[in-house]
Amino acid sequence: MENQFLIDSEYLSPEALARKHRLETDPSARKNHMEYLPGMERIESDVCASVMEQMRAYDYARYTAADVKAALAHDTCAIEDFKALLSPAAEPFLEQMAQRARRETSRHFGNTVYLFTPLYIANYCENYCVYCGFNCYNHISRMKLSKEQMEREMKVIAESGMEEILILTGESREQSSVEYIGEACRLARSYFRMVGLEIYPVNTDEYRYLHECGADYVTVFQETYDTDKYEQLHLLGHKRVWPYRFDAQERALRGGMRGVACSALLGLSDFRKDALASALHVYYLQRKYPHAELSLSCPRLRPIINNEKLHPLDVHETQLCQILCAYRIFLPYVGITVSSRESAAFRNGIVKIAATKVSAGVSTGIGDHESKYTGKETGGAQGDEQFEIDDNRSLERMYRDIAGEGLQPVLNDYLYV
Amino acid sequence: MNNDKLIIGGREFHSRFILGSGKYSMQLIEAAVKDAGAEIITLAVRRANTKEQESILDYIPEGVTLLPNTSGARNAKEAVRIARLARELGCGDFVKVEIMRDSKYLLPDNQETIRATEILAGEGFVVMPYMYPDLNVARDLVNAGAASVMPLASPIGSNKGLATKEFIQILIDEIDLPIIVDAGIGRPSQACEAMEMGAAAIMANTALATAGDLPMMASAFKQAIEAGRKAYLAGLGRVLTRGASASDPLTGFLRD
Repeated sequence: MENQFLIDSEYLSPEALARKHRLETDPSARKNHMEYLPGMERIESDVCASVMEQMRAYDYARYTAADVKAALAHDTCAIEDFKALLSPAAEPFLEQMAQRARRETSRHFGNTVYLFTPLYIANYCENYCVYCGFNCYNHISRMKLSKEQMEREMKVIAESGMEEILILTGESREQSSVEYIGEACRLARSYFRMVGLEIYPVNTDEYRYLHECGADYVTVFQETYDTDKYEQLHLLGHKRVWPYRFDAQERALRGGMRGVACSALLGLSDFRKDALASALHVYYLQRKYPHAELSLSCPRLRPIINNEKLHPLDVHETQLCQILCAYRIFLPYVGITVSSRESAAFRNGIVKIAATKVSAGVSTGIGDHESKYTGKETGGAQGDEQFEIDDNRSLERMYRDIAGEGLQPVLNDYLYV
Repeated sequence: MNNDKLIIGGREFHSRFILGSGKYSMQLIEAAVKDAGAEIITLAVRRANTKEQESILDYIPEGVTLLPNTSGARNAKEAVRIARLARELGCGDFVKVEIMRDSKYLLPDNQETIRATEILAGEGFVVMPYMYPDLNVARDLVNAGAASVMPLASPIGSNKGLATKEFIQILIDEIDLPIIVDAGIGRPSQACEAMEMGAAAIMANTALATAGDLPMMASAFKQAIEAGRKAYLAGLGRVLTRGASASDPLTGFLRD
């Protein structure tokens, strides 16, 4: 069942290969993942302690059908109720959970489903995260868009009708500096109504700068909240520092961002504990920053270039659906995004229950929107993708499908103020 | 009854149902106008900020007054900017000020609302502030130049009805502006009750948007609001008025 993450590339020099193997096999060759690196801002916060305390104490095997029934009968969902809904005991109640989740979604969001698309502007990465297609030891075609290339990509996407964009990079400060990302934000502001970021975590003043450049939402996936597991999967680079990543959302909010998103990458570790921690991360952020717009994602591990066999372990669609229903019942007011990692059938189903945002017209590669959107061979350089997507519907098709389900696709409900 | 008009910002309305903006769909607008008789429709400026071909403004029928709201504003400054943008977009001079710095319950921030009301009224807007029912704040809003006061009945979208009934009654009794009950009205009976109390109008959205049969629910609201209004104008019977009166006069012993 376990994933085989470690793939050697024939393109690596003997020295690089030796270093890679040392990192993989000798924990003493790796830096302390709980220790900040120079330049990383520390903030005072008790959010992390609160989340970790709950996660460590969570023994999902002790919840029973009676706990699940009680949770579903309660008007508001307390943390204990949420723990019951995430437990194996709740699986037989999935349909009832879905019914309840649907009511909550409808009460808070009506029948609207927001649409967005990601734009990867660079895939250079300085980290060795063993499950990621962009990891520095993976042999892929690397690329970083120039300003002109970015603009061409944005133009093509905007012409498809898209109004919300999520700008992504690989995690390399060297190749994709904050100024470079800021330039992308300024450009994006002129083509789109809403600009979000999914980049390496930065300091508060850098988030403020990016906000001033036009971004208002920041997504950072913690990957796994299990720090020991995190240590074994993120072997090298800035990303290895777990606590700096955990506080990214708070720094973003302090830097003036309107909203932040959290998630674990499901399938890396114990998914019930990771789902609990993801939701509690949002829950405690809301209590501390009540004005913030919060959302949850639910990415599952996907195959990558050079490792086609990666899979999300025991997180099947049923478990994913259970997690999303539990999220919705526990946090009825938060946005839930379901990406193109999931199939069209799953996404069509889940927008009727719990999800409020889906992507469309997706590419996780670099510089290939023109060829993908227009079908034209552009002959330009392209960078390889981060992972394989499943649902490749265009915006037009997605819009039609959502409307066909009796829901209302919404391209924008936001103003930069 | 035919002369019974709702007057806001110098404009006259016959309908006392206002469509809120929370859950937005063309079907909802149609039902609100046709079946509930709405003459005022709220529109979130941020929601209208779209290039979508089916521009939302095009769906607002002629003769209906557009009430842009400032949802998304977290303080007075942002609300003022959104209101000015609405005016630039051609949405008219009416504006519903709503300022929230709580993403969970979406409760209005009364202090910031007073500040925004003062600025916008000064710029000639017809300001309709959404507020948590507090008499002191309502008085401040009157002084700030509000055209109406819009207290919430219960948390927005909750369909829980008149949870703040006693406090809304105080506003109705003490404030000379139209008191429009906004947020939380889930059933026609609750709308009717608020109108019997003397509310000037009802704003609702979720109650219609999430109904099984939208047009039928819209027409139920229309009837309930009209019934409540009639009851208020008729004067409720002695059993129902506050402090029911004794049937024999208590002061009959007085001889001069």
